[in-house]
Amino acid sequence: MASGLHQSDFKNPVVRWIDARLPVFTMMEKEYGTFPTPRNFNYLWNFGALAMVTLLIMIATGIFLAMNYTPHVNHAFDSVERIMRDVNYGWLLRYVHANGASMFFIVVYVHIWRGLYYGSYKAPRELLWMLGVVIFLLMMATAFMGYVLPWGQMSFWGATVITNLFSAIPLVGDSIVTWLWGGFSVDNPTLNRFFSLHYLLPFVIVGVVFLHVAALHITGSNNPLGIDPKGPQDTVPFHPYYTVKDSVGLVAYFVVFAVLVFFFPNLLGHPDNYIPANPLVTPPHIVPEWYFLPYYAILRAVPNKLGGVVLMFSSILILFVLPWLDTSPVRSMRFRPIARIALLLWTVAFFVLMWCGSQPPEGIAVVLARIGTAYYFAYFLVILPLLGRLERTLPLPESISRPVLRGGGPLPAGAAVKPMEKA
Amino acid sequence: MAETLATHPGAPLGAEAAHGAEPEHGGGKRRDFLKLVTGAFAVVGTGAIVWPFISSMNPSRDVLALSTTEVDLSPIQVGQAVTVVWRGKPVFVRHRTQQDIEAAQQVPVSELRDPQTDAQRVIKPEWLVMIGICTHLGCVPLGQKPTDPHGDYGGWFCPCHGSHYDTSGRIRKGPAPKNLVVPPYTFTSDTQIRIG
Ligand code: HEM
Ligand code: FES
Repeated sequence: MASGLHQSDFKNPVVRWIDARLPVFTMMEKEYGTFPTPRNFNYLWNFGALAMVTLLIMIATGIFLAMNYTPHVNHAFDSVERIMRDVNYGWLLRYVHANGASMFFIVVYVHIWRGLYYGSYKAPRELLWMLGVVIFLLMMATAFMGYVLPWGQMSFWGATVITNLFSAIPLVGDSIVTWLWGGFSVDNPTLNRFFSLHYLLPFVIVGVVFLHVAALHITGSNNPLGIDPKGPQDTVPFHPYYTVKDSVGLVAYFVVFAVLVFFFPNLLGHPDNYIPANPLVTPPHIVPEWYFLPYYAILRAVPNKLGGVVLMFSSILILFVLPWLDTSPVRSMRFRPIARIALLLWTVAFFVLMWCGSQPPEGIAVVLARIGTAYYFAYFLVILPLLGRLERTLPLPESISRPVLRGGGPLPAGAAVKPMEKA
Repeated sequence: MAETLATHPGAPLGAEAAHGAEPEHGGGKRRDFLKLVTGAFAVVGTGAIVWPFISSMNPSRDVLALSTTEVDLSPIQVGQAVTVVWRGKPVFVRHRTQQDIEAAQQVPVSELRDPQTDAQRVIKPEWLVMIGICTHLGCVPLGQKPTDPHGDYGGWFCPCHGSHYDTSGRIRKGPAPKNLVVPPYTFTSDTQIRIG
């Protein structure tokens, strides 16, 4: 082997020739083949892979939609209708892309919830978690700008309301909004730049996902017990165990996705977005896409413009400091009887807020939105810090493999390791 | 560190340090200065390169050019309102009734969130001209048509998050912080205004 080349053991000579010069095959083998992964994952651990696949689907359908889309206020709406009626399989591309955004948010919400429940945000995975929050923010920005592109009534008024959030900033707010618009209202310059950024951001997401996964492969995955693997008896190689488990999940996921696309393609959309944008008439009841509803409810829960905007942004930014707000050393909620209930209530609050966001801002919806908002923040700022000190957690199992292999029964010291090492 | 230098005076590290020792003072300062100047130039240079990119996103000359709109008031009857477009935004022009005007003038200014008398908001009391954009998050309030909801104060109602405006377009209830904005306009004749 010549000096300066990577020592490669692949049998196929072409693969070996490449691998010796650019060890991508070795890297894939290490990170996705033999990568030691906790043996006790449940199906909630599918959702990272599902998110990755969805991101690729969004990029693929998006690129082909862009070949037929026209980012101009006079043509955007019609070009989308043309995609739906005249372009071969244009309806399929568009319905997959539109519903794909919803599926993406479902998947990432489950993925984040999994992290909340099993304490995946705690040391040593804080940075991994924060990169996840960055991805989430980028996803929201991308989805928001994408929804503006068909230039229907909801596109236009959603864009107007969301860009106006920045006018709440004292002193420079109005100049910032004018700058975002490139004019004095949401108009052609706005549509153009949103198209440009909507094309760009998914590739930025790809970059951050790379960092997210790189960080994951330093700390290794968390698992449903929240305890660290103690040795090889606690892990299995990623391939074939989790490539197969992820594939099973993927098939189920595609079934749901396909039912949505082929039978209920407009279920999650809003009929007003099939009316071309009219800058002079606001629809009587404007709502954002379903995945933004909880934050929209938080925005409207406060009868003060700046206060509402600050609270809405904080509701997401608070995730960045969550690793330091939750001071309990126990990761998995399985062993935290009180925190588990508090998190389930938080989940209820999230859905209540989602409902409130879909209602006109009056009566019971306002009251519930205020209660939901209060609890949403209290969970992070009061309940978790207090429970970190006060809660009596349940005893943790000694290792991942013991309860799995021996039904939890005690074993003589050292005996647990041996049988597995043969496997 | 000092020990290492002292015990190995001939070693490369020690030699270098010893070499630097004499002009140390002046040399250190000169290097700091060079670093600072280089850094400062890099910052200014980066700013100068970034600025055109940022600035290109602000309104362009053709957008700025569309900045006046003329409105003929003669066809608008008492109690009627029209909506015209100025700089891509709706502008409400309302021919107010005597009741509207009186209701607007009788409100004690101290009760208002954004205190303004009715007289400060009009040139002629029967003509109310204002940008029809809610100062909360930019929806177009309802109230131009007789069949629209007019809110609790008989003016305009924003359906987006529930802001109520009175017959002078002042915010009375709901999340909006400011009164509806009165654009710059002049009467070019008795029945004609120019906005902008
Ligand atoms: C485009 C979006 C995302 C993609 C493609 C993605 C991808 C992945 C993948 C492939 C894994 C490993 C498999 C797994 O554990 O399920 C993972 C783990 C993880 N992700 Fe994400 N992720 C995304 C968004 C997020 C977000 C928004 C958060 C949190 C706010 C997050 C937090 C985490 C954490 C904490 C882990 C480690 C989990 C553990 O091992 O328990 N991710 N991600
Ligand atoms: S935009 Fe009018 S109340 Fe929010």
